[in-house]
Amino acid sequence: MIPEIGHFALILALSLSLCQGVLPLLGAHRNDAAMIAVARPAATGQFVFIAVAFVCLTLSFLQSDFSVLYVANHSQLSLPTPYKISAVWGAHEGSLLLWVLLLAGWTVLVCRYSSELPERFSARVIGVLGFLSFGFLLFTLLTSNPFERLFPAPADGADLNPLLQDPGLAIHPPMLYIGYVGFSVAFAFAIAAMISGDLDQKWARWTRPWTTWAWLFLTIGIALGSWWAYYELGWGGWWFWDPVENASFMPWLIGTALIHSLAVTEKRGLFKSWTLLLAIAAFSLSLLGTFLVRSGILISVHAFAVDPERGLFILAFLTVVIGGALVLYAWRAPGLDSEAGFRAMSRETFLLCNNVLLVIATALILGGTLAPLFVELLDGSKISVGPPYFEIAFAIPMLPLVYLMAIGMHTAWRSQAPDSLFAKLRMPAVIAIVAGVLIPVVFYGGGGAMLFAGVIAGVWVMIVSAIDPIRSWRRSAGTAGITRGGLGMSVAHFGVGMFVIGVSVVSAYTVEADRSLSIGDRAEIAGYEFELRGLRNAQGPNYQALEGEIDIFSDGDFVGQLRPQKRTYLVQQSPMTEAGIDAGWNRDLFVALGDPLGNDTWSVRLQYKPLIRFIWLGAFIMALGGLIAASDRRYKLTARARERVNIAEGKPA
Amino acid sequence: MKPRQQRMLAVGLAVAGIAIATMLTLQAFKENMMFFVEISEVSQGNYPEDRNFRVGGLVVEGSVKRQTGKLDVAFDLTDLNNKLTVNYAGILPDLFREGQGIIAHGRLNDSGVFVADEVLAKHDENYMPPEVAESLAKAAAAQEAAMQAEQPAQ
Amino acid sequence: MAKFIAPLIFFALLLGVFLKGLDPERDLKKLPSPFLGKEAPGFDLPRLKNPDERVTSQDYAGDVALVNFWATWCVGCRQEHAFLMELSRETEVPIYGIDWRDQREPALKWLQQLGDPYVASGFDVDSVTGINWGVYGAPETFLIGKEGRVLYKHLGPLNRSIWESEFVPLIAAEEGKQE
Repeated sequence: MIPEIGHFALILALSLSLCQGVLPLLGAHRNDAAMIAVARPAATGQFVFIAVAFVCLTLSFLQSDFSVLYVANHSQLSLPTPYKISAVWGAHEGSLLLWVLLLAGWTVLVCRYSSELPERFSARVIGVLGFLSFGFLLFTLLTSNPFERLFPAPADGADLNPLLQDPGLAIHPPMLYIGYVGFSVAFAFAIAAMISGDLDQKWARWTRPWTTWAWLFLTIGIALGSWWAYYELGWGGWWFWDPVENASFMPWLIGTALIHSLAVTEKRGLFKSWTLLLAIAAFSLSLLGTFLVRSGILISVHAFAVDPERGLFILAFLTVVIGGALVLYAWRAPGLDSEAGFRAMSRETFLLCNNVLLVIATALILGGTLAPLFVELLDGSKISVGPPYFEIAFAIPMLPLVYLMAIGMHTAWRSQAPDSLFAKLRMPAVIAIVAGVLIPVVFYGGGGAMLFAGVIAGVWVMIVSAIDPIRSWRRSAGTAGITRGGLGMSVAHFGVGMFVIGVSVVSAYTVEADRSLSIGDRAEIAGYEFELRGLRNAQGPNYQALEGEIDIFSDGDFVGQLRPQKRTYLVQQSPMTEAGIDAGWNRDLFVALGDPLGNDTWSVRLQYKPLIRFIWLGAFIMALGGLIAASDRRYKLTARARERVNIAEGKPA
Repeated sequence: MKPRQQRMLAVGLAVAGIAIATMLTLQAFKENMMFFVEISEVSQGNYPEDRNFRVGGLVVEGSVKRQTGKLDVAFDLTDLNNKLTVNYAGILPDLFREGQGIIAHGRLNDSGVFVADEVLAKHDENYMPPEVAESLAKAAAAQEAAMQAEQPAQ
Repeated sequence: MAKFIAPLIFFALLLGVFLKGLDPERDLKKLPSPFLGKEAPGFDLPRLKNPDERVTSQDYAGDVALVNFWATWCVGCRQEHAFLMELSRETEVPIYGIDWRDQREPALKWLQQLGDPYVASGFDVDSVTGINWGVYGAPETFLIGKEGRVLYKHLGPLNRSIWESEFVPLIAAEEGKQE
């Protein structure tokens, strides 16, 4: 019964989304208040029905109702309860349901916080979101119904893929999807603005907080994914340039460009058409990512089950949504850009560089990701593009970006006198160069051009980002402090600096060795000694494991014991390597069990990863910066203004 | 310097920078583009020399040989038509098994053995890697064609 | 003006590539079987339910038969199982199962719980038969003609629409041949 309720709720949501997609847009066009008034109730209703469907699917998982095909395929009686919940979005159908739920959630928030916008404008925004939701719901119901029944019901399920039975991966997709889907709001604002033709700065102002919120969730989602890959999948790697990873990274890069370009459009009224294009591109790349992941058009370890029919549907949807948006753009964008000028030495210039470099990086990653497809279609040969290409293609535009970022954030709008800027940044530059050379040499005993360039850049950005917050904090009472927006920017850029240092040091000084160890043997890497003490059997809720005990010593002192496991999940009979990690702020020690080599000897992978935590810590600090900026009071004006209106009209606030 | 000269210098530097960056990127792409070569092609000598490429096939039953206590492992890959011996020193992926479809990447040494620096098995037991499946099908089709070509002679 | 149309053109080009990429010709399920129209390789395996007895391709010699590769770890097999049950009730065509790279105990439990649509199941633990038959992955279903030739091969879960469009006409033609 519960699955049927869920299915029915989805169908109701589909019809509501159609109302939400058509009536408000039509109403805004004809200036028909009754039709416009449909927007908010339809969006709320749609959210309620999708939430009902989502709860129904979750209940089916919790009750282990294996008469539901999706549950039978992705759960199992002895699966721990938290994973029964996260299994809801563990595969294609359920993750799509999560996607539409989040889209409806964003829409409800837009309804809630858009009451200050002109009615016709917000009706258009909600209408566009309704149309997007209609497409996804139709896709779900036609090709990927999560409530499909299976008769006769099996007594037990096929279990969730063991790789996904992990806390990091339980929360990674929701975060990522909040980000992906969040860009649909910026997209909807852009479309609404283009339909109305009213493309002044207000549009950018309204879009900014929404974009920042989406961006910060996407940042967290990507960082969690990388962290998960590190300890669960990667034998110690933290980023693989896999097509699915790239699919999440490209919207992030364009989203970052969009945040910066929105700042210029809002403050100075420049780059208008460019900002519009970025708003379209950020969401288009999210959609493209979905297409690449779910159509099986590219080969990836992460890809969902291959189904060309689904691919065709998404492609048709992409054509309508992105194609429509770009046609609208080609029609509305010309003549938009004002003549207002700016000096070469101004914040506008630096933000322009930021945008250009980010777009170049995105284009190079897109090219590398799609290259196998292009080559196969051109001459039939199958290729793959190795990670070193992406590393180089990414570093070339990004390293200059990091250097310029530090200068740009202290440069004034319109025009900046070079002298005062030079005076402000001279000392940090000296410190950065000294520290950037000394840190590798002193702590790691060596260096290299790329390493120095990276560490100097990281230290440089971190110091320079701290200048304004520290000055503001020290200033006596009475003087204006730093704005939330300014503080958010400083914090986020500080995170970028940490990230850059982490990446540079990890790339240069990771020590990785596959060794064969018998019980009692020791192996040494990077000054640490690893001793295999013994092996024993361990039992998990739904797996059996062989557990190694490995003691680590440094200069004869005991550092800790690691217990890497080789698990066999009982239902799928699939083996899994569970690494043992000794984490520290300045280094990780990583041990994974390989294969038995006979005579009580095992192959073991040992790794020393200096400063790897800086990578994720840096990313989370970036997200924190986004959070601070998004909570800037300036954007809350609408809330206060609403209160004023309510008081004036005699309503309770 | 006059503003005009300054602008010229800036533009010149930018152009030079872009040219160098483009060169480096293209170079990186060329170096890291790896071809997938079918085993039958390898045995006919059609493979890129002096650079890495990828091969894929089924691990032949009973062919996996290890030296006790050592990391080195050797196994045969087949597309059901031809065989290729692969040497690898390191830890094999979790899903590496005899009979399983896998992909190895590395290069061919002088004695015709494929020295792999990476071995991949898809984390999904249902289907083998698509490249492998396709190369198996092609090898089979070639075999069939060869048999048909022989028949008129009989 | 041109710069505002450029994104649209770029997108159209990408679309073209994707459309080509989704071409069903690239679909692995449509790969030719090396054995199509050829004599099926044959097998001789211990029975799943009674390991002392054997099931061989001789058992269906002279008949039209289905040979279905399955395994308990395989999600698609679970999906098609209900249809195989229906099929075993409504057609005369015997279905031979080959339990592929699996374990005996869960496989027996599976048949007990979900029902057993097979005339007999062979137990191919080390995939010797699987490799001989060129099996890419489970489930995979072969239609064998009266003379022991492979008439059709289906990759992935079987369902009614595939059965009716692909298998039924071939079976009818095969049955009609000798009459």
